[in-house]
Amino acid sequence: MIEIVTWVGIAIGLAAGLLCIALGLAGRRPADLTLGATAVLELYLIVQVVVSAVAPAAGNSPTGSALEFWVYLVTAALIPPIAIFWALVERTSRWSTVVLGVACLAVVVMVYRMHQIWFVQLA
Amino acid sequence: MSTSPPADSRGARSRGLGRVLIVVYGLLALAATGRSVYQVLEDFDKAPLAYSLSALAAVIYIVATIALVVPGDGWYRVAVATIAFELLGVLVVGTLSLIDPVLFPAKTVWSFFGRGYAFVPLVLPVLGLLWLRANRGGSR
Repeated sequence: MIEIVTWVGIAIGLAAGLLCIALGLAGRRPADLTLGATAVLELYLIVQVVVSAVAPAAGNSPTGSALEFWVYLVTAALIPPIAIFWALVERTSRWSTVVLGVACLAVVVMVYRMHQIWFVQLA
Repeated sequence: MSTSPPADSRGARSRGLGRVLIVVYGLLALAATGRSVYQVLEDFDKAPLAYSLSALAAVIYIVATIALVVPGDGWYRVAVATIAFELLGVLVVGTLSLIDPVLFPAKTVWSFFGRGYAFVPLVLPVLGLLWLRANRGGSR
């Protein structure tokens, strides 16, 4: 992981999550904006997969368990596509927009945990 | 699918706000399962009780998620039972982990009332039970 890339990802996730939840609660159905914001978060996760796969070769290895890190990363990368798929199936419901937001915020929490596993080791 | 009238057999509890509840349950089930599989594989001997509880909690969350999605009276009762059990679990384990940290050297979803999960495990069963009560006739 590269610290700045991680923070950019967390910022994208927070922005996308809050945007989707706000628009969903305001009654908006899934639209290009909300679906796109979630897709951008997925794009970040793909970048993160590449960075995390390459970084150890450059001497930047996780300080914690690599297995745990990858379980988090792979799971996180699956969440936005599932949320987008559901939003496309149930596109008449504003709750699908809220679901997109909840999914984005869940990814943020997971990325934060990944950051801890990679950089910070507490008891 | 979502345009079908309220009387269809899908049941009211998977509609509207219930959908968000199901997603949160699904995510929690995913988180609990992931962590518990990792804990059991990596160092089960360190804290067998805590890790067994983690695994139990994960199973309960999975069953509760399914019970919220599937319509029918039977599944309604399963949903109530599993969600009530979650509430009990988070209260009992939360209290025990405060009183006797030695008993829970490792974290479970329910330790310290779900602090590691932003207290979602504490709040969610309450919301779930309220939602179920409001949609009791959901199965028709």
